[in-house]
Amino acid sequence: MEAMKVQNVTPNDLYWKVRYDASRCTLCGSCVATCSFRAIEAKVERRRMVFSESEFPEPKQRFSAVPVIMQVRSIKNYCRGCGSCEKVCPNDAIRPERNPDTRHPVVTRCLGGDSIKRGGRKNLEATSRTLDRIRVGRISQMTDPSLDAQRHTFDLLAPFGRILPPKKLPFSLDDLGQLKTDALTPPVRWIYPVIIGDMSIGALSWRMWEAVAMATAYLNEVCGIPVRMCSGEGGVPVRLLKSRYLKYMILQIASGHFGWNRIVKAMPHMVEDPAGILIKIGQGAKPGDGGLLQANKVAEHIQAIRGVPKADLLSPPNHQGLYSIEESVQKMFLSFNAAFKFRVPVAIKVAASATSVSVYNNLVRDPYNIVGGLFLDGIDGGTGAAHEVSLDHTGHPIVSKLRDCYLAATAQGRQGQIPLWAAGGLGKTGDLAADAFKMIALGANGVFTGKLILQMAGCVGNDQGRCNACNTGLCPVGITTQEPALVHRLDPERVAQNIVNYFLAMDQEFKKLMAPIGNSSLPVGRSDALVATDKGVADKLQIQYVC
Amino acid sequence: MCRIGAIKSLDYLHPSQALLLMQSQQKGHDNSGFAMIMHDLGGVFESYKHLPTLSMACTDEGVKLAEDLLHAAGFQRVMQWVPETNPLSGLDIIAMPNYVFETFEYPKQYKHAEQREKEDLLLDIRLKLRALLEENEQGFVYSFWPDVVTLKEIGDPRDIGTYFNLWEADDKFTAKVITAQCRQNTNYDIVRYAAHPFFMQGYTALANGENTFYLKNVEFQRKLHRGYIGFESDSQCFLYTLHYVHRELGWPLKYYKHVMTPLPFDEISGRDDEQQLLAIRQSLAHLEINGPNTIIGVLPDNSMFTCCDAKKLRPVVLGRDERMVVLSSEVCGINEILPDRNWEDDIYPHEREIVAINNDLEVQRWRQ
Ligand code: SF4
Ligand code: SF4
Repeated sequence: MEAMKVQNVTPNDLYWKVRYDASRCTLCGSCVATCSFRAIEAKVERRRMVFSESEFPEPKQRFSAVPVIMQVRSIKNYCRGCGSCEKVCPNDAIRPERNPDTRHPVVTRCLGGDSIKRGGRKNLEATSRTLDRIRVGRISQMTDPSLDAQRHTFDLLAPFGRILPPKKLPFSLDDLGQLKTDALTPPVRWIYPVIIGDMSIGALSWRMWEAVAMATAYLNEVCGIPVRMCSGEGGVPVRLLKSRYLKYMILQIASGHFGWNRIVKAMPHMVEDPAGILIKIGQGAKPGDGGLLQANKVAEHIQAIRGVPKADLLSPPNHQGLYSIEESVQKMFLSFNAAFKFRVPVAIKVAASATSVSVYNNLVRDPYNIVGGLFLDGIDGGTGAAHEVSLDHTGHPIVSKLRDCYLAATAQGRQGQIPLWAAGGLGKTGDLAADAFKMIALGANGVFTGKLILQMAGCVGNDQGRCNACNTGLCPVGITTQEPALVHRLDPERVAQNIVNYFLAMDQEFKKLMAPIGNSSLPVGRSDALVATDKGVADKLQIQYVC
Repeated sequence: MCRIGAIKSLDYLHPSQALLLMQSQQKGHDNSGFAMIMHDLGGVFESYKHLPTLSMACTDEGVKLAEDLLHAAGFQRVMQWVPETNPLSGLDIIAMPNYVFETFEYPKQYKHAEQREKEDLLLDIRLKLRALLEENEQGFVYSFWPDVVTLKEIGDPRDIGTYFNLWEADDKFTAKVITAQCRQNTNYDIVRYAAHPFFMQGYTALANGENTFYLKNVEFQRKLHRGYIGFESDSQCFLYTLHYVHRELGWPLKYYKHVMTPLPFDEISGRDDEQQLLAIRQSLAHLEINGPNTIIGVLPDNSMFTCCDAKKLRPVVLGRDERMVVLSSEVCGINEILPDRNWEDDIYPHEREIVAINNDLEVQRWRQ
């Protein structure tokens, strides 16, 4: 009999147990070949069979060696529950099963002596979300008729850019009594109220990034839906920089300035202005932390685009030289506005925080009229790589913070002048239209989304600890990896098609939400259209409580 | 649903015409009140056109409070007109003890003041009076402006007419522009201030409809101007936006329509004025309205207009003869007071226009 070794890792310590039925297995090996995490392996088991050949029991025994598939007992190559093995098995012989008794968070720290890193979103709560306690509860009937979602026209556009207070508009009257504009006004782009969030070309595989860019172009050029995509920190392929599709891209600059060397060099060759510039100060999933791209994802083309060697790429938590909001306004905004000759709106992205209102109040004053938007990212936002403790425990929920900012602007009569864009777990349940619409009624001009886009592409990760291995470079579906074999699993055309279809569906759903409240343009700040089934939520957001 | 009506005439008219106009539309409103604003006054007010007239309904204490305040501010009363009332029993009217129509001379220090300065003074005084009388509900101050009087009361419009003797035409109480409406706002508490028409610094607006962007409008307007207060009705927002666009920003009336019901982005793009219309849509996004509406407005120069929501969900019709133009929610009202007009000249405005009537009764249709 073997002695029990308490410290040995067994599947019971891990998040997922691999269930395997040897009687169905044909030993084709597909599962082992598929598992990018090497969490299963082919092994030989020793079996003993006891039998009797006579009328009375005369036990005999026979030993045999049987090839089987086994789960690896390791905290390095552990099963992520991605289900790829199940997907490829022709006989339904293998599948991962969630282990509610996992000791993984303790064991990993004990054995590794390092903080746990992963991708995905906050995995802590299983409770219902704030947005699910809000309903669109003011229905137009009788005297104020609902609209027909199919027949009426709806204006589903949101501003990106600095909007002047009405009395600052440089208007005068010409001889015919027409208003004319006497001076340059800040650039404002009216775009679809859902921006494809900032995911860098290093975090994503080239096929995935290309698929998103392709979907964006298709939505614009074929579907007439002016969706914009944000590059994330990490540059843009030069070919795209010099193409006319650049007009659909919002270029991001973050503290590592990755990729900007190339962008600056490409500027004289640009045939179109980019859609905007987004200065990233912070990110909801890991506030206070800079970007993190682990060396195993820094493939050759990433090195070229970013201009770096193969190494862990860490963006500092701060922009060097930015010590105050005033400074950020002056330095960053002015230089980027000037770089594109004041033709391209420049906005800023910060992680939602208890202090966001002060930041917004400072921006809202904006004496130079150069702040083109505040992007607020809440704790439920996703990421390609972060320390788990940041993901789960740092940050601020987006809903009330967005509302606080809107009400702060309203108190000054400046609502809408610095557009508010919100993100952080929106569309978590798969229904982005509803989440976005509620955020808009609470005061957002629009929303941005990243993780959901990955899920459209086939990402199997979720917020109950499934997969979330984006940091490893071993993404089983080829989305967040630079490993050619894995990347080839992803069909960019199909991904683009999924994204396009999702947007088309969402577009209809927006109309189905606007029609019953009788609005043909986005009800930004129309909180009277919402009701909350939770008193605390209602009070905090200043909407009607219902039960 | 509200019914609204307005008359603009070359001759001075008695308000009985407005009662008639509204009477035949009574099935469409709930007979819960009568309110009217008269511009370009005749009769007893004709020789005081340049001096401000105070219109209010109040208690005895309210009269005293108001007169003391005006006196302290240096205003001298030059004329007073008290409507003869018929307090017959059985009338459906919740009358106030006093209805005050008093005309004042400006304070001496304003003798050489700029027009604008005087106008701001009148607004500030009205706001002060309103605040003063609001304590203990001593009264309601509707307008304090040259050449304008306002009457608002709760009850059955017919009985209100009887109470104020408005059914019998005379030449003492007349005007060339009369706007009227016969219903208390039922969406909110019944308050006299909630009844259309609404008035501010020469501008009058009344509406039939609902403003589903009320909250957006209110939250924005509160910070735009000290005079944008009350908000007892969602339609007050229409008046404040009119005042803001036309007076504060100084833009021609046609831009009112571009602010309230902006063109869809598709239609803006490619127009000569694309740049301006986009800027308007951006900067005044919170003044956009939504929901079904018909608005009638009067400007300080006594010209009149009407426009609708972007989907034309509420009716309005314009009928006219050589000496009078009438706007009404329903054509039956016009038939009542202009039975012999050529009905082929009637105009049913559409959702993308402003129909404007100038002081020569010339009717212009401006396409948005
Ligand atoms: S579920 Fe995924 S990680 Fe787990 S064994 Fe199967 S393929 Fe490997
Ligand atoms: S499937 Fe890929 S992108 Fe999705 S959670 Fe797993 S590793 Fe990340």
